[in-house]
Amino acid sequence: MEVPYIIKEREDTGLINSKLGIWIFLASEIMLFGGLFSAYIFLRLAAPPGDFARWASELSVPLATVNTLVLISSSVSMVMAWASLKLKDFSKYKMYMGITLLCALIFLVIKYFEYTAKFSHHIYPSSSTFMAIYFTLTGLHGIHIIGGMIVMIYFWLPIGNQMWDSRPELFTNRVEVLGLYWHFVDLVWIFLFPVLYLL
Amino acid sequence: MSSEHSTESIQDHIRVYLIVFGALAVLTVVTVVASYLDISTSEGIFLALIIASIKASLVAGYFMHLISEKNTIIWVLMLTVVFFFVMLFLPLISYTDQVHI
Repeated sequence: MEVPYIIKEREDTGLINSKLGIWIFLASEIMLFGGLFSAYIFLRLAAPPGDFARWASELSVPLATVNTLVLISSSVSMVMAWASLKLKDFSKYKMYMGITLLCALIFLVIKYFEYTAKFSHHIYPSSSTFMAIYFTLTGLHGIHIIGGMIVMIYFWLPIGNQMWDSRPELFTNRVEVLGLYWHFVDLVWIFLFPVLYLL
Repeated sequence: MSSEHSTESIQDHIRVYLIVFGALAVLTVVTVVASYLDISTSEGIFLALIIASIKASLVAGYFMHLISEKNTIIWVLMLTVVFFFVMLFLPLISYTDQVHI
């Protein structure tokens, strides 16, 4: 039996079920990251004055700035991938989804260099309260990047072509739902960047 | 977004996406520059959060289409925002415990 209302909108909600589903999931994600942001605020308030800023100065602002731009670019290419499907241009979809995947990979590689630079200076989550919340927040965010990439790869591989050929509307909706998740991951980083690196 | 988008309206959307992309890139640079300004920590935090909120609104409004989204989703999100702030400041209660220690 097929899941109902994944192509045509339900009359009462005005939405397809998958879109309402992802938004409710994202609401739970807001609470997940919100709890950790709350932890950051109260750990910072309880820390000795200047302690958080001193440890934050160990982080690389240029690398994080590049990563911010990379993630914003990936968000744009994701929305362009969806728009390409709306315009029935599958080859452009492939290109934009490929760019999104590449940006996600670049983000992870830069994050890897950031982490290993810290480890080589013997800085670990156990080094300070700041580093504990830094690794927790960026680690959880990184796991979300990997999760998004797995779905992107799935939709980018030949199975994506098959889905597009057999049910184009359904495939477009799936990419839109993936996009909503991906923009949320970008959105979280937009707050993580100044909070962890700049303040 | 509903499925009845015409080719022209999608082309308009694409123009908006590119403008938002430019705005986000500029605001990222502004955030970094602002962090080097000679202002107090509280002013710095305020400024950084204002810029981050503007960027987040652009992503949510245009890339996630919230600006033209159905009310069902808007209500779900408004409820989430309320609970988010309740949770954010819930630990403040613990401060009242410490007053007489």
